[in-house]
Amino acid sequence: MTISLTPEHSTPLQPQGWLRYLSFSTDHKVIGLQYLVCGFIFYLIGGALAGAIRTELLTPISDFLPRETYNEVLTLHGTVMIFLWIVPVVNGAFGNYLIPFYVGARDMAFPRLNAVAFWLIPPAGLLLISSYFIASAAQSGWTAYPPLSITTPATGQIIWILSVLLLGGSSIFGGINFIATILKLRRPGLKLMQLPMYCWAMLGTSILVVLSTPVLAGTLVLLSFDIIAHTGFFNPSLGGNAVVYQHLFWFYSHPAVYIMVLPAFGLVSEILPIHCRKPLFGYTTMVYSIMGIVFLGLIVWAHHMFTSGTPPWMRLFFTIATSFIAVPTGIKFFNWLATMWGGRIALNSAMLFSCGFIINFVFGGITGVALAQVPFDIHVHDTYFVVAHFHYIVYGGTVFVIFASIYHWYPKVTGRLLNEDLGRLHFLLTFVGFNLCFAPQHWLGLNGMPRRVAEYDPQFELINQLSSVGALLMAISTLPFLLNVVLSAFNGAPAGDNPWNALTPEWLTSSPPPVENWKGEAPLVTEPYGYGTPAGELPLAATSGSELWKLGNSDQRS
Amino acid sequence: MTSLSPSESLSQQEASEAHEHHGDFRMFGLATFLVADGMTFAGFFAAYLTFRAVNPLPSGATYELEMVLPTINTLLLLISSFTFHRAGAAMKRNQRALGQRWLLISAALGFAFLAGQMKEYFELPFGLTDNLFASTFYAITGFHGLHVTLGGLMILIVWWQCREGGRVSQDNLFPLEAAELYWHFVDGIWVVLYGILYLL
Amino acid sequence: MRIPPAILTLITGMALVLLGLWIGQNVNLLPVDASANAPVYDELFKVLFSIGTILFVGIVGLIVYSLVKFRRKPGETGDGEAVEGNLPLEILWTAIPAVVVLFVGIYSYDIYDRMGGMAPLNDHSMHAMGGEMEESRTWGGISPVSLESDGAAAPLPIDVTAMQFAFIFHYPDAEITSGELHVPMGQPVALHMKANDVIHAFWVPEFRLKQDVIPGQPTLLSFTATRPGRYPIVCAELCGPYHGGMRSTVIVDEPETFEAWVNQNSPIANAAPQTPVQS
Repeated sequence: MTISLTPEHSTPLQPQGWLRYLSFSTDHKVIGLQYLVCGFIFYLIGGALAGAIRTELLTPISDFLPRETYNEVLTLHGTVMIFLWIVPVVNGAFGNYLIPFYVGARDMAFPRLNAVAFWLIPPAGLLLISSYFIASAAQSGWTAYPPLSITTPATGQIIWILSVLLLGGSSIFGGINFIATILKLRRPGLKLMQLPMYCWAMLGTSILVVLSTPVLAGTLVLLSFDIIAHTGFFNPSLGGNAVVYQHLFWFYSHPAVYIMVLPAFGLVSEILPIHCRKPLFGYTTMVYSIMGIVFLGLIVWAHHMFTSGTPPWMRLFFTIATSFIAVPTGIKFFNWLATMWGGRIALNSAMLFSCGFIINFVFGGITGVALAQVPFDIHVHDTYFVVAHFHYIVYGGTVFVIFASIYHWYPKVTGRLLNEDLGRLHFLLTFVGFNLCFAPQHWLGLNGMPRRVAEYDPQFELINQLSSVGALLMAISTLPFLLNVVLSAFNGAPAGDNPWNALTPEWLTSSPPPVENWKGEAPLVTEPYGYGTPAGELPLAATSGSELWKLGNSDQRS
Repeated sequence: MTSLSPSESLSQQEASEAHEHHGDFRMFGLATFLVADGMTFAGFFAAYLTFRAVNPLPSGATYELEMVLPTINTLLLLISSFTFHRAGAAMKRNQRALGQRWLLISAALGFAFLAGQMKEYFELPFGLTDNLFASTFYAITGFHGLHVTLGGLMILIVWWQCREGGRVSQDNLFPLEAAELYWHFVDGIWVVLYGILYLL
Repeated sequence: MRIPPAILTLITGMALVLLGLWIGQNVNLLPVDASANAPVYDELFKVLFSIGTILFVGIVGLIVYSLVKFRRKPGETGDGEAVEGNLPLEILWTAIPAVVVLFVGIYSYDIYDRMGGMAPLNDHSMHAMGGEMEESRTWGGISPVSLESDGAAAPLPIDVTAMQFAFIFHYPDAEITSGELHVPMGQPVALHMKANDVIHAFWVPEFRLKQDVIPGQPTLLSFTATRPGRYPIVCAELCGPYHGGMRSTVIVDEPETFEAWVNQNSPIANAAPQTPVQS
């Protein structure tokens, strides 16, 4: 690796060079990269599990895996992707790397807690994966509904619970760190409303993490009591209530989707202005939208339970509340479009993936508003329509943003640029493969295919095969990406400090940054989105006639 | 911020030392953690209240609980919060011996609480798996008791560190303040628990 | 003559709305409708599809247009215009989605009401609960409501038991137990459902109805079948390794055919000649 992060004065006891990434380092940049690489490995594992699912679904009968194994595979796929890939990467990887830069600090508020939070992840992940080989893994889905999770083999389920408890703990420690860093560690002179939008996104996300993850922890503890001690919290045959589990589970798991998506929103807000050379449109409303999503996100959980035994008035409340989340979310999308409008857009890989994100997420958001309506959901609940919806959000949304962010920040982290041709190929394969895989699944759900099945009505065979081809394309798309990341580390063009001519603090230091983030004082950036030429100063040679004409009519600088 | 000449780069060690020059936000971090911990209890309480509203108990079972012992326990915890506060006040004035004495009293009250809880467990007519109320009762009070145990151990550690030459001093009160905040939290949770499980 | 951008936007917007409406009317993505509430559902689907199309095509159009019109030219180093916000515009695109979302919510409430979703679950007169129900309380589902609001026909009660991995249907009045669900066309049916082991779900795509079947919490699903035929009953909640194979069939018969089936299979009908099923 040519990433030369070796400081000038080295202490013999501390690991140096690439060994730091295998050590208990308290440097937020090291930890951020640890999260990223570890998370990506789990992405590949989760992807292999998805490959197994799509292979099984090539035929309408259960002929690829034993039935219990298939249920283990789908359980692990969901659990790995959520708790070991997306949550750690958009929060832990990018959050830890970027937030100290953005608040003008040398590191996070609690560097050792940070290291602890990361190092909970590899053992928890190994524990979870190993359950597949040791005993049988959990096979009740990532949602682990009782009584099924109480009646399936206990060992796998308990290992699953332990693993998720560890991962939830990691997430909570991270959340505490982000809240303290953003609220308390800002450099002198830097006000909250001058922070880059990603800080607001992480603040909102961390509030959700701290408030909702512990409820999951408590619920899984009760579930484990039911499994081990034969209590009857959620076991109807012992006087318990299976639906109470669902309420408690979804109280966390709905905010969890915002924990997966809000940081991605923040990252897009960083990427778009730079490559469009325009300020982020509507900073203040973007902040309020984030807070609106955080608040609403905590009170909509029962839209996952519209066909469970909930009373009609409760279903109605959750329909209305869920529908309203579309408003602050929509504001953000319109603001991003307005940021692009009138810009000078460089259509590089980071922008391609960002635009792909907008297209995919709008689609997923539309199906989301549909799902929020009780009568609509009654037909499609627990079908492939829902599978399609959430993959458009988490993959088409968050994963696309993760890729955009890697193309955007790789030069800063390594000092080298990624290859653009490989990047475009990666985007094309991913965008086509992803839409081919998941778009047809909406139709499958509407027409009768439930989820979590290995066998289905033969009329769905062709569409399922189409979907599996899309999945294959998605698998292939990782190859140009991995090639690019590895080769560019050795042969990529040198990036310099600021290849994108950006204004946020991480670009105002070397690539890669020194251990203390900046040599000398942290820069005070009061206008992180100060791009754009004021209306009266557009250069004659570069403008169009309509712009010059508008110049005489209005000055839109606020 | 740290004062370095711009041409120098720091070693990891120097960087982490430079890091200390901002304020001490550990109490803020602890408070945030306690919010999270409180939410775990909130989940348990919500489950209990929902079960109570929606799931009938088997015939013969009751929500009635013996009140004398738990009420004494409540008073013990409340007093221990007060004595802990006195310990902090003493240490702030550098009165180590007095501070240690108050800490020991707090710990003693805490362990008395636990002993009272054990006695209550022995005397209860129901076991963990008898019915839904029983299970939830043991789960919630047990989880709280775990917190009291951890808190008691922390008090003892802080007591030890408050001796002459120990780490806790007028200039380094964080371990005591942290343990105190945690203890007040545990006390507060108990008050809510007492209201929901015993009074309701 | 240059067309002002405002007019262009208005025309594009109108074209988009017309496109959305046309697509909504002509979309045919759902299975055939076989119950009284299915066309009501399909109406909602079309409205949602129209709104979704307008939004999606609009936004994709804006992105593609931006990427073309505002593409950075080779060698261009300047920035775009420094526009940081536009309050009236932001108010507009907050208000319009809020109104749309509110409309959709209220409209879908109306749809849900017409489907019977808002009717109280426990205080209608349900006879023939059957001796198999331990509790008389219904924990969730859809009550019988006549969509023609004549209120005359009392629903045909059928007990549904879901277990790993089958549905068993029991007709309490006629004392028939069957692995397939036979229902008469045009008569309201009320399924009283319970599960023996884990959570299952009863789903008939052609009816657009689904209800979880939860152990310890009897649920109720009511419908009126409107089209004769055989339709799949699909379990729609992960219930174990054979979840994918847990299916049955609902056979919607003309009333006479249904009566014949009942007469043929009912021990009561075969024991003594009397009308076995109350309609």
